[in-house]
Amino acid sequence: MLKLDPNLPDPDGFYAELLAAHEGLTEAESHALNARLVLILANHIGDRAVLAEALTLARETAAGGRR
Amino acid sequence: MVAVRYKTAFQLYPYQRSPDQDLSTPVRHPVVIVGGGPVGMALALDLGLKGIRVVVLDDHEGVGMGSRAICFAKRTLEICDRLGCGQPMVDKGVVWNLGRVFRDTHELYSFNLLPEDGHRRPAFINLQQPHFERFIVERIREVQARGAPIEIRGVNQVIGVEPRGDHVALEIDTPDGPYRAEADWLVACDGARSPVREMLGLGFKGRVFQDNFLIADVRMKADFPTERWFWFDPPFNRGQSVLLHKQPDDIWRIDFQLGWNIDRKAVVEPESVLARVRAMLPDTPVELVWTSVYTFQCCTMERYRHGRVFFAGDAAHQVSPFGARGANSGIQDVDNLAWKLALVLRGQAGEALLDSYDLERRHAAEENILNSTRSTDFITPKTPVSRMFRDAVLDLAERAPFARSLVNTGRLSVPAVLDGSPLNGPDDAALPARTRPGAPAVDAPTERGWLLGLLGDEFRLLCLNTEHPAVTVGGVTAAPVQLSTEGWPHLAERWLGDAPRAVCLIRPDQHVAARWIDPAPGAVAAALARAMGLADAEA
Ligand SMILES: Cc1cc2nc3c(=O)[nH]c(=O)nc-3n(C[C@H](O)[C@H](O)[C@H](O)COP(=O)(O)OP(=O)(O)OC[C@H]3O[C@@H](n4cnc5c(N)ncnc54)[C@H](O)[C@@H]3O)c2cc1C
Repeated sequence: MLKLDPNLPDPDGFYAELLAAHEGLTEAESHALNARLVLILANHIGDRAVLAEALTLARETAAGGRR
Repeated sequence: MVAVRYKTAFQLYPYQRSPDQDLSTPVRHPVVIVGGGPVGMALALDLGLKGIRVVVLDDHEGVGMGSRAICFAKRTLEICDRLGCGQPMVDKGVVWNLGRVFRDTHELYSFNLLPEDGHRRPAFINLQQPHFERFIVERIREVQARGAPIEIRGVNQVIGVEPRGDHVALEIDTPDGPYRAEADWLVACDGARSPVREMLGLGFKGRVFQDNFLIADVRMKADFPTERWFWFDPPFNRGQSVLLHKQPDDIWRIDFQLGWNIDRKAVVEPESVLARVRAMLPDTPVELVWTSVYTFQCCTMERYRHGRVFFAGDAAHQVSPFGARGANSGIQDVDNLAWKLALVLRGQAGEALLDSYDLERRHAAEENILNSTRSTDFITPKTPVSRMFRDAVLDLAERAPFARSLVNTGRLSVPAVLDGSPLNGPDDAALPARTRPGAPAVDAPTERGWLLGLLGDEFRLLCLNTEHPAVTVGGVTAAPVQLSTEGWPHLAERWLGDAPRAVCLIRPDQHVAARWIDPAPGAVAAALARAMGLADAEA
């Protein structure tokens, strides 16, 4: 089951860290970093059912409700 | 006149006038095979060994030049062992286990196919397709001399096919002009462009990939190790991939990805090919043996049986070369079809058995197409975002082992497990999953030699640490092969797991049909009937 309730200690700190990781990168480099990050986290989660739920949620929550 | 579409590497069946051509009434043959590629020839051999009269019609007089397929998988070799031509292939072939993946100029990682021990045959051999085909034809000549009823007619081009209820009428062109013949059963093994499929107006659906690949088979004395090397984005082929693979006789296969918009004539000019090879291997003198440019598609027919006409090999399904699933899956088609056709021709089974060929082999083709499409999507990303993820995987692969499992340069052919086949009988879940009903029998050394050699090409009852009498249904007998696993750990691990004993019903194509730890009386006969397509008999 994908966790939807808060699970991150110090969420503001994590958010700042995420932005800091992208600092100084071009847009293309940032996209590439995100892609690597997705793969790293997906492997860490290692549960296909959870990942499928996460993919669906990400897809369904596109800005403006685009599917 | 019969057009020559390609040069032959070995002239093995020159045109000879057949007495059929002088008769005014067409001769009826039990089985006619159209196409003498690897699939058609292997099928003729398999049927001939079972005593079924078979005629092969091929529009050339030998094996085509150029080594299309080079990787032949373990299951193919095991089937060829059953047909009696596996050994010369393995003797001539090159065995490899180590693969290296490079990006730009540096190595990302290497992998070992880590062949499991306790198998007669290696995971793969590399062998030029013309040799593979030649060994099959040589075996046909050998068994013909001993009376196997196989006839090969070279330069016989099928130009007309007409299904007629209880037979199929054929029109065949030859250097002496056309003649007619009839077949009870026709098997189209006439390749990806299948004229038989065209003539019957049957579709071939799937995806065409917008990419070109240049093959250069070169002869060179290089002391590279016998390994498979794959490059992403090397300096000698920027933005594309390259594959280097060893074949016998100091010949190497180099496969350059070229992209979509190219001048197909210009790239195969020898000077242009040599320039590419020299950029890749500046210090090695090379000689070009064969070049070609190919594009590919992943396609399948909707059904592989149309009444009295069957389709097998590339005629039925086509995959990209990544993963070496073309010829390897075609040989499994043969393995699946030959015994079924033989039982029906002998009147021992009904046509339901023939429908299972379609079901089982389409299941396998779908698996092959899925794998080969995924490899292609990795090697040839279709969109900016798929390229981004592909590159992200490569960026990570050097440091993070998990990413290597995502690098897909071709998932090499493994045989299909026929899960869900209507021919499968009962299972006992306490026994190991890898030898479950539907799976191809897994080889192992035994007290009497290699297991697969003992199973042969008829129904068998593999009895491990137990006994069971032979079982006969409708004139077909499954004879016991009785073995002890005491002192034979591979056999025990692969077939028993933690169970003390087992009885396994094995089909003539060496797939498991059913298995028990202690079969109830009558259970084996019911499973044998089911495996012969007589499912009703089981009730
Ligand atoms: C570049 C490349 C690399 C490959 N590498 C591999 C690999 O490593 N491993 C692998 O397993 N597969 C590989 N393949 C695929 C493999 O070559 C094919 O799957 C295999 O040749 C299919 O065999 P077939 O007998 O079905 O068809 P084919 O080999 O195409 O044979 C068809 C035969 O039918 C004959 N014919 C056609 N029309 C008629 C007619 N009207 N009348 C009579 N005869 C006719 C043809 O002349 C031919 O002899 C590769 C393919 C390519 C292109």
